Amino acid sequence: MRLRLERRPALSHLWALLAPLLAVALAAAGAALLFAVLGRDPLVCLYTLFLAPLADANGWSELALKATPLLLCAIGIAVGVRANVWNIGAEGQFTIGAIAGGWVALAIGPGGGWYVLPLVLLAGIAGGAAWGGIAAFLRTRFNAHEILVTLMLSYVAVQLLGWLVRGPMQDPEGFNFPQSPQFAAAAMLPVLFEGSRVTVAALFALAAVPLAALLLGRTLAGYRLRVVGLAPGAARYAGFSEAAAVWTCLLLSGGLAGLAGVAEVTGPIGQLTPSISPGYGFAAIIVAFLGRLSPVGMLFASLLMGLLYLGAEALQIGQQLPLAAAGVIQGMVLLFLLGADVLTLYRVRLAGRAHA
Amino acid sequence: MPDAVMLLALLVATLRAAAPLVLAGTGELVAERSGVLNLGVEGMMLMGAVTGFAATVSTGSPWLGLLAAMAAGAAMAGVFAALTLGLRANQVASGLALTIFGVGFSALFGAPYQSHPIPGLATVLFPHLSAAGPLLQQMLLIDPLVWLAVALPFMVQRFLARSRAGLVLRAVGESAEVAHAFGYKVLRIRLLATLFGGAMAGLGGAYLSLAYTPMWTENMVAGRGWIALALVVFSTWKPLALALGALLFGFVTIAGFQAEAWGIPVAPNLLATLPYLATVLVLVLISRDRVRLKLNAPAALGRPFHPAE
Repeated sequence: MRLRLERRPALSHLWALLAPLLAVALAAAGAALLFAVLGRDPLVCLYTLFLAPLADANGWSELALKATPLLLCAIGIAVGVRANVWNIGAEGQFTIGAIAGGWVALAIGPGGGWYVLPLVLLAGIAGGAAWGGIAAFLRTRFNAHEILVTLMLSYVAVQLLGWLVRGPMQDPEGFNFPQSPQFAAAAMLPVLFEGSRVTVAALFALAAVPLAALLLGRTLAGYRLRVVGLAPGAARYAGFSEAAAVWTCLLLSGGLAGLAGVAEVTGPIGQLTPSISPGYGFAAIIVAFLGRLSPVGMLFASLLMGLLYLGAEALQIGQQLPLAAAGVIQGMVLLFLLGADVLTLYRVRLAGRAHA
Repeated sequence: MPDAVMLLALLVATLRAAAPLVLAGTGELVAERSGVLNLGVEGMMLMGAVTGFAATVSTGSPWLGLLAAMAAGAAMAGVFAALTLGLRANQVASGLALTIFGVGFSALFGAPYQSHPIPGLATVLFPHLSAAGPLLQQMLLIDPLVWLAVALPFMVQRFLARSRAGLVLRAVGESAEVAHAFGYKVLRIRLLATLFGGAMAGLGGAYLSLAYTPMWTENMVAGRGWIALALVVFSTWKPLALALGALLFGFVTIAGFQAEAWGIPVAPNLLATLPYLATVLVLVLISRDRVRLKLNAPAALGRPFHPAE
């Protein structure tokens, strides 16, 4: 007896929905095993990871805080993947967005009126889009693949931030700490609830969900992107420009990642520091796949990935486990998801040797 | 310092900076020549780096460490192969997943070893290294892994161009259907090529943690896995060109440090961007010639193949 894969006549919609759940369950089992290997009580750890962070209202607001950048970055990445444009450098666009917005905020200083915050946010979006635009230019003009370019530019962006907060943008009164001055109140995003850290950026992310669904599902531009991704030959025949798709995807996803970045530094952080992201840009890739590239799906996926960040913080405090536990479990979710996806396209059959 | 020693030091430093790129890049090149695009090199290198370090610390033998690193890299590649060859998952997404997992897993298991100092490979082999004269000392810094990195591209070049197994591997990478029709086991060949790529990536990672630095720090591979992937494209899938590219990168890295030594003030963070910017530049230069790239790339690169269908 052996297992055999048999192609389904059509994609299984049931399994397309079940595969992410199966992947999360398997990753949780994997996490339990990991905790046991590390000498911790698996059940206590699982509780700390998944349930303890949500025990009070503050936990939920912290969850929204973590999910916001993930969702913003993931929506851009997913639109790209639909068009077969792989922006895996959201981390870099996030960073440049934060730098650009932070620069405007610091340049305006303590004065200024209502217009400061919109300017800062626009600068962040423009910065992220420009960073994505470099990859679009190099891909359309020189055929350089965006996977490697966006990724390399991420490393560059992070180093650039590290240099700025130790050099030109360093706080002169900051005792030589690598950080910029605090932003003025006018440049800060308002919080949603008194006493919480979650800002109106969460609303931006929520608004991006129906907008992305509209773009992909109801507009000609979205249709073109999907055709370019699914059938490049047909797209060329129909006159849909691949270059336009590359530019659209990288500017859009760069802009969204830039917004996420500027929202992070004008929200919970309040200044520029060398590390402004625990890898949101990379975890957003997992969010995009776990959410099946659908905006609503990604909303749920971003909450789950955000929860893993919170849970890892709780594990660090309660169980003295390194924060990196979040990355391991996030990675497992994606690995199991890619494995489980076989069930959406294939049936697993037990086949006797005679038929094999 | 006399000029000869300084020149030699520059050369040795370049070789040492290039070695991990050659090891990981040549491994990936072999996998890609069989048609498998594994973007998980960074993750496999990190796993190799942490496993090699942990095994060396606990056994006291860097050789066992290197062996463990190769096993760890190959195990990661095995996961990739199970997903893409077995379960027919998307190669690009699976490679990314492998890297994300490797980054997290190495950070988690490496935490106890963070900044734990060990003697470097050259010091282990030559305990009286520091007593040697400057010229000899530089020569001895070229440890066995650097020698392997020098030899590997030639060996792989010969294997691919001159051996029957190499021919079959290339055939699988050009057209899996034809190779299958000739009775070759496409999936098995791709599995072996992928595992070799993983083992070499693991070795490249272990070189960083056991010889180059030598210590384990979180995320210490710092994008070298991605640079190795870019070098494969740069080399147009030719091992000797890959080695040349790696030397160029080694030189860029070292030249940055040298600039500091020569009194040219450059902020360390800006210096650190050089290899990444060089990668982008190199990619642009090679990719603009679409025809050349297309002629040299394995025709079936990244394209899945399933017998029985």
